[in-house]
Amino acid sequence: MTACSASPDLTQEEAMQEVFDHYRGFDGAIIPVLQEAQNIYGYLPKEVLDKIAKELKMPFSKVFGIVTFYAQFHLKPRGRNIIRVCLGTACHVRGGSKIFASIKDQLGVGDGETTEDLRFTLETVACIGACGLSPCLMVNEDTHGRLQAKDLPAKLAQYQ
Amino acid sequence: MSKVTLTINGKQVTVPAGTSVLDAAREAGFFIPTLCHDPANPGFGACRLCVVEIKGARNMPASCVTEATNGMVVETESPAVMQARRTIIELLLANHPTECLTCDKNGDCRLQDYAYRYDVRQASFEGEKHDYPLEDSNPYIIRNMNKCVLCGKCVRTCAQVEDRQVIDFTFRGFQTKVAPAMNTDLAGSDCVYCGRCVAVCPVGALLYKPMAGKARTWELTKKQTTCTFCDAGCQFDLNYKDGKVIGITANTPGEGRPLCLKGRLGLELLYVDKPLTPMLKKDGEFVEVTWAEVLGLESVFEKLKAQETQK
Amino acid sequence: MNNLNEIRAKYTEQFQQKSKRARIVVGLGTCGIAAGGDKVMEAIKQEVAARNLDIDIDFTSCIGMCYREPIVEVALPGMASVIYGDIFPDKVSQLIESHVVNKQPVTEWAAMQIPEGRTEYDGIVTMDKSAYYEKQVRTVTSRLGRTNPESIEDYIATGGYEAIEKALSMDRLAVIDEVKKSGLRGRGGAGFSTGMKWTFVYNAQGDKKYAVCNADEGDPGAFMDRSVLEGDPHGVIEGMMIGGYAIGADEGYIYCRAEYPLAIRRLNLAIAKAEKLGLLGENILGSGFNFRIRIKAGAGAFVCGEETALLNSIEGQRGMPRVRPPFPANKGLWQKPTTLNNVETYANVPFILRKGADWYAGMGTEKSKGSKVFCLTGKINNTGLAEVPMGITLREVIFNIAGGIQDGKQFKAVQSGGPSGGCLPAEKLDLPIDYESLGAVGAIMGSGGLVVMDENTCMVDVARFFLNFTQNESCGKCIPCREGTKRMLEILTRICDGEGKVEDMDTLERLANVIKTASLCGLGQTCPNPILTTLRYFRHEYEAHIIDKRCPAGVCNALLVYKIIAENCTGCGACRRVCPVGAISGENKQPHTLDTAACIKCGGCVSKCKFDAIIRG
Repeated sequence: MTACSASPDLTQEEAMQEVFDHYRGFDGAIIPVLQEAQNIYGYLPKEVLDKIAKELKMPFSKVFGIVTFYAQFHLKPRGRNIIRVCLGTACHVRGGSKIFASIKDQLGVGDGETTEDLRFTLETVACIGACGLSPCLMVNEDTHGRLQAKDLPAKLAQYQ
Repeated sequence: MSKVTLTINGKQVTVPAGTSVLDAAREAGFFIPTLCHDPANPGFGACRLCVVEIKGARNMPASCVTEATNGMVVETESPAVMQARRTIIELLLANHPTECLTCDKNGDCRLQDYAYRYDVRQASFEGEKHDYPLEDSNPYIIRNMNKCVLCGKCVRTCAQVEDRQVIDFTFRGFQTKVAPAMNTDLAGSDCVYCGRCVAVCPVGALLYKPMAGKARTWELTKKQTTCTFCDAGCQFDLNYKDGKVIGITANTPGEGRPLCLKGRLGLELLYVDKPLTPMLKKDGEFVEVTWAEVLGLESVFEKLKAQETQK
Repeated sequence: MNNLNEIRAKYTEQFQQKSKRARIVVGLGTCGIAAGGDKVMEAIKQEVAARNLDIDIDFTSCIGMCYREPIVEVALPGMASVIYGDIFPDKVSQLIESHVVNKQPVTEWAAMQIPEGRTEYDGIVTMDKSAYYEKQVRTVTSRLGRTNPESIEDYIATGGYEAIEKALSMDRLAVIDEVKKSGLRGRGGAGFSTGMKWTFVYNAQGDKKYAVCNADEGDPGAFMDRSVLEGDPHGVIEGMMIGGYAIGADEGYIYCRAEYPLAIRRLNLAIAKAEKLGLLGENILGSGFNFRIRIKAGAGAFVCGEETALLNSIEGQRGMPRVRPPFPANKGLWQKPTTLNNVETYANVPFILRKGADWYAGMGTEKSKGSKVFCLTGKINNTGLAEVPMGITLREVIFNIAGGIQDGKQFKAVQSGGPSGGCLPAEKLDLPIDYESLGAVGAIMGSGGLVVMDENTCMVDVARFFLNFTQNESCGKCIPCREGTKRMLEILTRICDGEGKVEDMDTLERLANVIKTASLCGLGQTCPNPILTTLRYFRHEYEAHIIDKRCPAGVCNALLVYKIIAENCTGCGACRRVCPVGAISGENKQPHTLDTAACIKCGGCVSKCKFDAIIRG
């Protein structure tokens, strides 16, 4: 077992068991069960999906097909801080993609991904309307502009 | 059984009640293209290539899921139908690799056939195309999801085996993709490589790896044979090139646990000129194994060997 | 309990007692809460406690004037209720001081008064004469803003559950006949006769049948179902009971979008209260009729508003539509005969049973009977909910009820029916709103969203907006919709980016027609409507984008050209400093110049300029 935060602790497991007990014998229980599971875990880890498939006696592939159909379900935990790197026209000409590449290297994640410690989720955005400050990015609600790759570690350090 | 009479392209056609317009038209000798229609698994109605004009209908219904009724007046290749089919083919081509020259399915591809019939040379739309990595991490099936037309035949045929259902539609809209759970490749799934999916794929999305690159489709002659490794009676094709069998492909499943890997590999051993060493997944990795192991005959062989040494 | 006579008498008495006391009622629908209604409620409670006033405090749902939220009603014994708009917490003290303590309504804050037989105040317009309500008829919305939606007592006191009592005393076919005679048609989209639908399900063979309520309202700009669920949940429940009884169902499902938590909460509460009174469950009112209702929350898929996708979703599958036939009336939920009706349709049914089919059919046009709730949004003065008789013109709704266009701008188009509907130009303003008239001009009634656009709206951009929505929400099952919406969106995006080609208009038209006629479900069959109607009525805007490389409304960024007006420029340098690409040059205190070729049109200079010296067009 790794130290991965996905491993469900006891209380989450117990809560999940209650969900299974409540929905046992319900027709069409899968979507409510997934909704409850996401409430419990914050997202839908693979192990939980596997367990749900077994408990509801459904093929895992079908459960996965349902999860990926509905916008409400997330397969990955979201970070505590959401970084949105602007790749709009102004930022692009001012080296926004270099900033993006630099953050990717620094965090070790790609577009739409979350760091293992759940500190950051990295996303790109078409334009955040701060072209005058390009290249720029947003962390949560804060906009940071006139970025240089060398300043990034210090900027990100404020977000835990 | 009661019968219904309808008019298809001006011709009176009488068919048993309950027959689809598609079957009625085909029975009467009219061509209607289909991608998602599988006679063994009817009723999906997704590809819309088989749309026809029916007098009085609001839109163009898919003939595969429309029941023929008395007095129905059907046109299978009216200008509107032709435009719809051409556009649908164009839409597919706009999101399909144009590598027919080297595609193993060249010559045996429905999309190619229909593009030819309806004279669609290329898509007039430019835009995003799928760019999925080629999946050949298992020894038996190559999956090229860029060529997939999402007809769903593989999903439905896989779902017919109760404890398999390895693949399903995942994601939605333009991102829809047939995939195993967690969007892994087949090697990472519970797939047993029975090959039912390959047998029904209308395009080059699913291929037999052992035969890939070995022959153009028109160089092959197929001879059907019944598998005898169990009593399910599945049908396989022996694929001959220059008089030699170069591969075994699944044809029609029998009842029960049809079209298994063991059956196909067994037939490969029996018929293929130079069969590849069989492989099985052990501890998550594919390793070469003996024919005896693949066919479940290890103990028999040992017994035989022991008996022969005793002699 | 075999009838409600006793409790109805009791609750009616309670309800009448309420109006004999001073009350303050706060509108707490989703819109009211979003505008700060819950904070207003807190402030009122504190103020009343601080002044030690003997006054009832209650809440209701949205009365429909979303543009005046937060809305507060103050009623003194024997005096008309005064409906105040824009009451924020800082106004509460003065409001209570003046109206409650000094018995003087704050006329300038009042939106209207509702006399209901009590004494009217001078200087405040009555509801039936107010511009917003004068042309409205309130049936489905009659309890909205007038009763407490979490009170089954209020519901019963206002005629609630009379209709199911009446229905249960009738033959099931007679109930269906009454609905058929009323002319009620589906309020969710296609406008199919509700009575006919029920007849199909009644006649369908099956040991088990279902009545399903489609509450998956997802059109951008539509919120009438949410308002009805939040404001009159029992009305929907009663309508479902009547439908269930008529078709022979003993179980109902309400499929509600997960984005409507308040509606789900009030529905759950309403179901629990109805069960407690024995109005849901076994042997309802001693009639032998059994009926239970379950709620299923959606999980974020617009296509689940399509009835067969909705059924798949309830069953726990991907929300991909089924082919029809078989129709849900024969093979619906779990392959059993099922009626699917939307929230507003069900909510109409108790009124039809209570007041009679003839009364209902007396409203509306020849083929479109009764009233319809519309959501008025966009560039109008009064955004909100309005229930109007069928056949009213678009002009009356937009210019009388909605108060015309904001900031005195010109009307350009009205979009009816959400992403499935069409954009209609000014020439169509005198069109009567009914199913046939709207269909004939390429739009649809749909769920009843009316988005009004003014001269500053780019119609190509609007088409792109809707296509972006449907393309995101396409389920991916059938090729025309999955691949076709993608290509249409790409073409529209190109046009808005100034890279359109003349042949794009024909390609769009061809794609749109194929997708409309060959797609599997209603989403695909209707999603080209925004494109087809904008091409039909606003073709010149497409041509301007494609041929002249110009966006007449000044919306499409790539087609805008930025210019500095030398006379206005003071040479302050603010624009020069903010320009990310150095496209602006000039000496301090001298008029600057802008290099159009280098400009990336980010708009930064315009927002920095304090002298209106930079224009785009």
